[in-house]
Amino acid sequence: MQPPATMNALRETIRRIEAGRKRASAILPFGVAELDGRLPGGGLAMGALHEVAGGGNGAIDGAAAALFAAGIMARTKGPVLWCLTRPDLFAPAIAQAGLSADRVIYVEAGDETSVLTCFEEGLRHGGLGGVVAELGRLSMTHSRRLQLAAESSGTPGIALRRWRRQADASDFGQPTAATTRWRVSVLPSAPLPVPGIGRARWHVELIRCRAGENADFEVEACDAQGRLAVSAELADRSIQSGAARLGSTARAAGTGSPGYRTAVA
Amino acid sequence: MPVTQAQALIPGLTVTDAEPMADMAGLERLALWALHRYAPIVAADPPDGLVIDATGAAHLLGGEAPMLHDIVARLGAVGVAARAAMADSWGAAHALARFVAKPMFLAPAGTSRDILLTLPIAALRLPAEMIAGLRRLGFERIGDLADQPRAPLALRFGPQLHRRLDQAFGTLAEAIEAARPPDLIEVRRNFAEPIGAAETIARYTGILVAELCTMLEAKGLGARRLDLVFHRVDAQSQAIRVGTALPVRNVKRLTRLLCDKIETIDPGFGIEIMTLCAARSEPFGPKQLTSLLADEPEADISDLIDTIANRVGGDRLYRFAPVASDVPERSLSRIAATAPPTKTNWPDHWPRPTRLLPNPEPIETVALLPDHPPVNFTWRGIRRRVKRADGPERVFGEWWKRDAELIAVRDYFRIEDDAGERFWVFRAGDGEDTATGSHRWFLHGIFG
Repeated sequence: MQPPATMNALRETIRRIEAGRKRASAILPFGVAELDGRLPGGGLAMGALHEVAGGGNGAIDGAAAALFAAGIMARTKGPVLWCLTRPDLFAPAIAQAGLSADRVIYVEAGDETSVLTCFEEGLRHGGLGGVVAELGRLSMTHSRRLQLAAESSGTPGIALRRWRRQADASDFGQPTAATTRWRVSVLPSAPLPVPGIGRARWHVELIRCRAGENADFEVEACDAQGRLAVSAELADRSIQSGAARLGSTARAAGTGSPGYRTAVA
Repeated sequence: MPVTQAQALIPGLTVTDAEPMADMAGLERLALWALHRYAPIVAADPPDGLVIDATGAAHLLGGEAPMLHDIVARLGAVGVAARAAMADSWGAAHALARFVAKPMFLAPAGTSRDILLTLPIAALRLPAEMIAGLRRLGFERIGDLADQPRAPLALRFGPQLHRRLDQAFGTLAEAIEAARPPDLIEVRRNFAEPIGAAETIARYTGILVAELCTMLEAKGLGARRLDLVFHRVDAQSQAIRVGTALPVRNVKRLTRLLCDKIETIDPGFGIEIMTLCAARSEPFGPKQLTSLLADEPEADISDLIDTIANRVGGDRLYRFAPVASDVPERSLSRIAATAPPTKTNWPDHWPRPTRLLPNPEPIETVALLPDHPPVNFTWRGIRRRVKRADGPERVFGEWWKRDAELIAVRDYFRIEDDAGERFWVFRAGDGEDTATGSHRWFLHGIFG
């Protein structure tokens, strides 16, 4: 669904007003029309801060969210800085999402404060392809600093939100200055004609998007080049069912619930 | 004891002439080695010791305990049975290294005094006749001395006794005369009025770095390690040490690295002298830039790596490189962030979990033997039904690493529960022969 022409004109005007503060940012498309159509400019803004969290148990382990972030970073150029506090990320999985081992530099910071400083340092530098940081708390002030740092250098930053306890995940409802905010939850994998597990599927919710609308998607997980896909049977679904799904997301986002599958936890 | 008497006591005793001068020279060389490797303020502590002021330098080796470990291991490798101790003052560290360390001891900050009180008075760096005199009066431990009124003892033994005692307790400052190699590239600045403000320190740091870089340029060198030492008006020294991954001669970059650490400096009543030296330098010549006609050059991120490494520690910044091993936890190794690209990747025929638990967690399962995945399992108190599964992927033990792994087997399964959460579980053993493993199930990873 393309926004009307007047909306585009207004957005252009706003962009021109803001041009003094930040330089025109490049766009990194997902290569999936359904996702790109929902994002202003037709993809993720490069010089911006994005937030990704897992839904349900993913809020604690952040496994799908990490893979989602790796898939985005796999499609950028240059080294990627990955700041973490818990060293449980398994590098072969990141490599299978298309982000080769030679490109990722890991920083194992002692606490979240050092993660934030390393995150900002990496965003400000400008020579990196992107920065991913695993964070629990992210205040408005910190996210604002990070967003400005990303704007000044054009480096995309992903704050991978991850909490120690399910109760802390309500923090994801707090406002931040991030350009987009995503929640990635796992779905049962694509059915196969034989016993086994098919390609993983995710329920990707765009909870917040500056100059854009919220949306949610059912996608197939990153392939070896970090690309998402919409499976054939979902792509051909009727418009009505899509609209119904959007309505349900709006309700879920309104209540600020940490995940739509909290019953599992 | 005369030599003849010693020879009578121990048959076949080898006698060698003492060479105090050569020993001292050797100790000085060892001090220079420690200066290069460990800290900016290092001195020989004759006859048999080295004193290292580790303040502001231990982070480069990952902390105080790894630093002690490194010192003992490296000296051990060249045949020196060293003992090392870290304490609040030189006197305390001297005593702990000789009387407590086995072969190393790290006294947590503030606890040195309590440990010292239990040590014999010989730990106090006093002349032998004074110790004999104290023993004759019945003093055995430092604790006995510390409680005594000072005047009578000072009258009898002179001021040295209590000076050593105060130095050991850290109440009296003791300056370390740092060793300096003759060809060290060093700049210094004396101040007519002591300085103390962070901005002033930052400004003069910039000036010193600029001077040092001019000297480095004249010699065609780049700094790998910089020591900035502040001499305070009360004869104390404070130091900042920063390291770089590659030789650097960029004034702005080096100033930034040093200024990041100014907050760790306590200027006290003021700083009189600042010295900056390149403790380690390497040849750094001009380099050919890539042609504009070729592809866009790779961005240089070594400055970012230096900044972060000096902030969180060099060993906390790494890349993973593939290792040819089927055992998941051994399939990767950490390499330096600046290491050349390995151009290799892990084999791609089996999916790997995004999160690998540091220790596989035991789960309760219902599963058919020998090669079926679990029907359901309980992990962290939650019971899940397995909807789909894939496997087994059999991983054999690496018999060349440990005898226990000679016939050990793990069967890995990828399983998905009702809600679509995917896990990586394994059974220790092949399901038939209990010699290959306990047949218990473990959860090892979480897929995205």
